[in-house]
Amino acid sequence: MLDQAKPSLLEIKNLRIEATSYPPGEAPRKVVLVDDVSVAVEQGKVLGLIGESGAGKSTIGLSAMAFARGGARLAGGQILLNGRDIRSAGPSDLRSLRGREVTYVAQSAAAAFNPAKRLMEQVIETSLHHKLMTRAEAEARAVDLFRKLGLPNPETFGTRYPHQVSGGQLQRAMTAMALCPKPDLVVFDEPTTALDVTTQIDVLVAIKAAIRDTGVAALYITHDLAVVAQVADDILVLRGGKKVEYGTTDQIINAPQQAYTQALVSVRSIDHVEKADTAPVLSVANITARYRGTNFDVLKNVTVDLSAGQTLAVVGESGSGKSTLARVITGLLPTAQGRITFAGRILSPDLASRSKDDLRELQMIYQMADTAMNPRQTVGTIIGRPLEFYFGLKGDAKRKRIQELLEEIEMGAGFIDRYPAELSGGQKQRVCIARALAAKPKLIICDEVTSALDPLVADGILKLLLSLQAREGVAYLFITHDLATVKAIADKIAVMYRGQVVRYGSKTDVLTPPFDDYTDLLLSSVPEMKLGWLEEVLASRKMESGGN
Amino acid sequence: MHPVVKLVTQRLALGLLLMLAVSALIFFGVEALPGDTAQAMLGQSATPEALANLREKMGLNEPVLWRYGHWLYGFVTGDMGVALTNGEDIAKSIGSRLGNTLFLAFWAALISVPLAILLGLLAARYNGRWPDRLISGVTLATISLPEFVAGYLVLYFLAVKLQLFPAMSMVFPGMGVFERLQAIILPVIVLVMVVLAHMMRMTRAAILNVMQSAYIETAELKGLSPLTVIWRHAFPNAIAPVVNVVMLNLAYLVVGVVVVEVVFVYPGMGQYLVDHVTKRDLPVVQACGMIFAAVYIGLNILADVVSILANPRLRHPK
Repeated sequence: MLDQAKPSLLEIKNLRIEATSYPPGEAPRKVVLVDDVSVAVEQGKVLGLIGESGAGKSTIGLSAMAFARGGARLAGGQILLNGRDIRSAGPSDLRSLRGREVTYVAQSAAAAFNPAKRLMEQVIETSLHHKLMTRAEAEARAVDLFRKLGLPNPETFGTRYPHQVSGGQLQRAMTAMALCPKPDLVVFDEPTTALDVTTQIDVLVAIKAAIRDTGVAALYITHDLAVVAQVADDILVLRGGKKVEYGTTDQIINAPQQAYTQALVSVRSIDHVEKADTAPVLSVANITARYRGTNFDVLKNVTVDLSAGQTLAVVGESGSGKSTLARVITGLLPTAQGRITFAGRILSPDLASRSKDDLRELQMIYQMADTAMNPRQTVGTIIGRPLEFYFGLKGDAKRKRIQELLEEIEMGAGFIDRYPAELSGGQKQRVCIARALAAKPKLIICDEVTSALDPLVADGILKLLLSLQAREGVAYLFITHDLATVKAIADKIAVMYRGQVVRYGSKTDVLTPPFDDYTDLLLSSVPEMKLGWLEEVLASRKMESGGN
Repeated sequence: MHPVVKLVTQRLALGLLLMLAVSALIFFGVEALPGDTAQAMLGQSATPEALANLREKMGLNEPVLWRYGHWLYGFVTGDMGVALTNGEDIAKSIGSRLGNTLFLAFWAALISVPLAILLGLLAARYNGRWPDRLISGVTLATISLPEFVAGYLVLYFLAVKLQLFPAMSMVFPGMGVFERLQAIILPVIVLVMVVLAHMMRMTRAAILNVMQSAYIETAELKGLSPLTVIWRHAFPNAIAPVVNVVMLNLAYLVVGVVVVEVVFVYPGMGQYLVDHVTKRDLPVVQACGMIFAAVYIGLNILADVVSILANPRLRHPK
């Protein structure tokens, strides 16, 4: 893959990165974050780094600037940038290369911009600091980049503060900030992960065009293989800090060699046959809701039905009212108008006046399993609480039931005395599922339960949810922004946009053309695991994404 | 209306309300003490007739709310009444005393605030290393000394032993600014020692808190030097907590300097208040209380306003 005649811009050889962890009550331990990784990036080329969380992709990306986060050390190997080893360079050498030769685009631009400074000041700061341009030149270049990246009013965009522009715009402004000093290499660290799917595609297009126009080389870090396939020339697949596979994008996507890469490529291929309608367990009729102290309806006239033992997926981007619908059904936010029927009973609008059975039969699972569990309780206590509260189980009977539930979530009784901190992300979410199941609910509301998980782990959770549904006959109201998940799990789909249901029906009906404009935009924005998808989709879109 | 204007107006209105509450507390608190002004003026041996006459003359027989209103109106229009002990116009005596106190506070603040912020920045820059420990150690040691001990130590070494500066901080009308400055050097040193640590620690803590933010990493990855990162990116986001502590200390410099003024025989508000408390001169005590409260409330409102103005989300709404 390497052209020996032309030296690479960045060449990482046998890189090893270590950190020291300090487990409470134990001796400090050495942890290897990255082990024996070698890659090369040539001028003007894009290398994709892909892997799940903890794979070491950001750590490797930052090592291209000889930067190590929070106590990590670049312990071994070579990092050759423009031919010289920067791993052991001194602080002033590092300062002169950071921002001048290599720049960085962070995952969350909203957090990575200083809230107290205007965007222009921050975008041109590097160019001025390294004395690469005069202020006038830098500002002209920034405006030019704003225009290239499709930002609104490029001449005046820089006078705004970070909180005055949207997340997608900030991400593009961050790209402008990285490109402004004309670096040789840009490290993109999950630049579109925090964005809505319809915004992601615009930012992706902008980044790709900017890379092409400026001829800069890039490291593109992401956990989404479909995204990286659109921008990278080569891909390095990582797992647990080690190389799994390294090849051209074409080879990785179309002919993956390693089992792990094959699993990544074929992820989300769950085949779910939709079930026919039966008697509804939940009927939401003409719901309108607003938050206290506002005069804006966050939900407008929402009507959906959910049959017993089936899954209704509620899809939409952030701010569309999906989670508000969950809050209304659970009674956390009382409705202004409309009626909710659950298991044949009319639900009282507010939580306090609902019966214990209402509460028991309607359970919820959250996006952040971390924050949904008390970190000081064991798994057994967490799952045992609803058993005690709803069924009065105690002692051995309770312990036996907890063990059954742990078997059901495919974790085994050995986990009963563990604390949440000792579990992986997927295991935490499984415990939350067990806790919901413990109440023997008729309906579980799943609010973005797989969004915070790596693709393979998320796949496992979806499979578990489906098998539990087949066994226990529980219905799911599945809130998500991810259409691939919807395809995998839904029987019915409701597409939400600005507080209204714009499309509703069985999965087949909703996903079959002709589409309304919004559904078309949403569906076409989901990255597909094939080369050239980005260009295809741009040619066939009906509607621009909403002002981002 | 612009949210900043609205918030600032709210703060000002709240301040006025608070001032009104304080004035009521001061007036009725003094009113609740046994005896009244007439009793205090004439002393224990006064005849009932003399007391009654004086009360009539001073309007003490009027209803208490009327007298409160009258007192408050006088205060607002600059008429604070006369001191019982010497019959002097209170507003006039306080005027020069307050000027002296503010003069002392001004110079102490001018030195201590920039110094505290600079030391705080340095301590944050070298967090956990020897400059941080040295700065923290020295400032904590100086704040731990009671002011009068610090005052006498400074007096002993700088005035008595080395004879660098005058031991007494006497100032009088007609003195030149330079002579005045020379006179107040010692109390300024003591005040700086007392207020430095608090502001320094807060600056350090606020900056270290901000240093956890993602945008600090962005700044580091731009190749900026650590001090530039702190000064340009961390400090602007640490202003609000720092300003609040600075204002509390400025208020202390005006309101809490009683001990230092007494140690150095400086003719400021503190001395004046102490003198008149011992003589049970209630109108003067009331007037001093009002002025101290006004300074305290005023500076805290100022801190709030600066915090509001330092917040770009409020300054530049969407």
